[in-house]
Amino acid sequence: MLASRKPTTMTTITGSQSVISSLEHEGVDLIFGIPGGAILPAYDPLYSSPIRHILARHEQGAGHMAAGYAWATGRVGVCVATSGPGATNLVTPLADALMDSVPMVAITGQVPTHAVGNDAFQEAYTVGITMPTTKHNYFVTDPDEIPTVIRQAFHLASSGRPGPVLVDLPKDVLNQETEWYPPQDLELPGYKPTLDGHPRRVKEAVEMLAASRRPVLYVGGGIIKSEASEALTRFAEITNIPVVTTLMGRGAIPDSHPLCLGMPGMHGNYTAITSMQKCDVLAAFGVRFDDRVTGDPNHFAVDAKIIHADVDPAEIGKVRTADIPIVADARRVLTQMIKAWGDRPPVANQEWWETIREWQTKYPLSYDQQPDGPIKPQFVIDELARVTGGDAILVAGVGQHQMWASQFWNFDRPRRWINSGGLGTMGFAVPAAIGAKAGMPDELVYAVDGDGCFQMTFQELIAAAAHQIPVKVAVFNNGAHGMVKQWQKLFYGGRLSASLLNSEVVDYVKLAEGMGCIGLRAEAPEEVGPTLEKSLTIDDRPVVVEMVVDPDEMVFPMVPAGGSNDNVILGPEPGD
Amino acid sequence: MTVLPHPPRHTLSLVVENRPGVLARVSSCLARRGFNIHSLAVGPTIDPGLSRITVVVESEKIEQVKKQLHKLINVIRIFELEPSMAVERETMLIRVAAIGNARSEAIEVANIFKATVVDVGYNSLTFEVTGRPAKLNDLIELLRPFGVVELVKSGRIAIGRAAKSKPSRMRAVG
Repeated sequence: MLASRKPTTMTTITGSQSVISSLEHEGVDLIFGIPGGAILPAYDPLYSSPIRHILARHEQGAGHMAAGYAWATGRVGVCVATSGPGATNLVTPLADALMDSVPMVAITGQVPTHAVGNDAFQEAYTVGITMPTTKHNYFVTDPDEIPTVIRQAFHLASSGRPGPVLVDLPKDVLNQETEWYPPQDLELPGYKPTLDGHPRRVKEAVEMLAASRRPVLYVGGGIIKSEASEALTRFAEITNIPVVTTLMGRGAIPDSHPLCLGMPGMHGNYTAITSMQKCDVLAAFGVRFDDRVTGDPNHFAVDAKIIHADVDPAEIGKVRTADIPIVADARRVLTQMIKAWGDRPPVANQEWWETIREWQTKYPLSYDQQPDGPIKPQFVIDELARVTGGDAILVAGVGQHQMWASQFWNFDRPRRWINSGGLGTMGFAVPAAIGAKAGMPDELVYAVDGDGCFQMTFQELIAAAAHQIPVKVAVFNNGAHGMVKQWQKLFYGGRLSASLLNSEVVDYVKLAEGMGCIGLRAEAPEEVGPTLEKSLTIDDRPVVVEMVVDPDEMVFPMVPAGGSNDNVILGPEPGD
Repeated sequence: MTVLPHPPRHTLSLVVENRPGVLARVSSCLARRGFNIHSLAVGPTIDPGLSRITVVVESEKIEQVKKQLHKLINVIRIFELEPSMAVERETMLIRVAAIGNARSEAIEVANIFKATVVDVGYNSLTFEVTGRPAKLNDLIELLRPFGVVELVKSGRIAIGRAAKSKPSRMRAVG
């Protein structure tokens, strides 16, 4: 059916060459992958293609690299793997990218079509396995379909609510003769994202906000994906409404902006959490009322009217019924809102702001770094901000270090904060940082990682060293799966079941050197700044900076899982 | 066996692209979101490029079900068919134990339901019947005393009822 669209004047090539031509046609400059039996034909034309290939050390790494690249550049990240184990190793990064709406295309090899279904060597039912972990996937049986399928894959990955798309290519399809043609017709009758907000809904939303007294703008990853930061900041400014930025939306409005209240949620700051709890209108843009934000949804912002704008209609009303639902792209709807607001005065919310400022003064984020005490992880984030001037793309894995990074770093722009939010994929940081640095070679890319996370994917630093991708990784060594340990201390009577990592076994400096990187270490607070400064002087290879941090430090504030956001645990007072 | 109460049933009619794997995507989407499928019927439409899936879903959150199914790239349209606004049919093949006098008694019951005998065995009768799902259930109850040997249902299919008066403005039928 698709093949009928192909013009007849092209020269004959192989399916593999058609794949590479299609990637070149999409403007792909960089792909991340590992070759293997079934995908081998595709690697041959790649040899003479201008596309740069980064040889990951595990397909999971290739997938997260593509995600990091996509986050940092705003372009579609591409990863490649062979059939069977190559493809199954991609499942985690695909699921991660689906949860966090990361535009990604995965190309996988498959056993030849005549062998499919026969339990052939390295056969796995890739399309079946990845059906629930992709936005869409394809099993290609006709090489003539390749240009159209790849075009569709990139279109689906990058439009509407972005996400990962997988294209599974049997080896015989890669080897067959075909013709490449510039794809014309997308032929996606079931896919038409709504981008503009309904004008009546937009007007209602503006009127509701104009009449509100305690409004809050709740914004997230959708702002980043749709490049809506400018529109958001402008709308917040003309309305004088405070903004909370979720974990995925950090940097959507600068943290330094007086209207920005920072991160809400389980480990958000008191003011961001409480302003949502007490608001009368909650205007949500590009967010999905995730349980890590709302806590117990039955006790979340109970007095608030909800305006919910999202490009994915299924997110609206999924967790919380919206009083004003708007299906729209965040940038477009915010631009509509600015226009609809017109020359109205800002919201009459002076009292609200006074309350908010009181909370901010009374409940700031804090930690207690004693000069002769152990290194506090929050202090490392502050020192990193100081020595870099805040001018870095910050990448994190999942756990305590991720929360401290999000809490204490001042994000000044979008696409400067890359982490695994929805799926919570430990091991994300190292490969994602490599992908980000490969895509943005002139930027400083600094990963902060936990020791538990680092031990899941550090081997990708070998790929970084081999390809001269000089990322920097600060490993917070607290000798534990820190967040697990924190929960065990708070909720399991301090029984540290399987959460300790025996840090005495690992020498991170030697480990770094063994992978072609530079290894540095700081063990006392006064060493933190100089060690980080030293890491900035090295730019010819990756650097691993081990930070031996206080093993007992916990992340606060905290709303226990499933609890009400009315009950924020603030943590110990300084000096306790 | 105790029959647990189930969430309300909704009949959804999906127009999908006629491609391999589309049925798997639909059923996987429903399973992954925790929505129970009560019945499912699939077949081609008059357009060879399109298939029709009629699925009866048990869910308290039917809007969410529809929205999640809509996200599938190969799903083109979804209609929810309210029972009062649709013709719903199901076909059943039911084999009952019947020997001697029981044969004519079973046939008498079946006749009331316009069920026809499609197979006769040494000690059994097999009926075919089409009707609303409730009618089929009534027949099952009435045949149960004979001993139901085997029962096969097609899954529900449905079509929206057409307008009963001339529309004020004629519109092309898509």
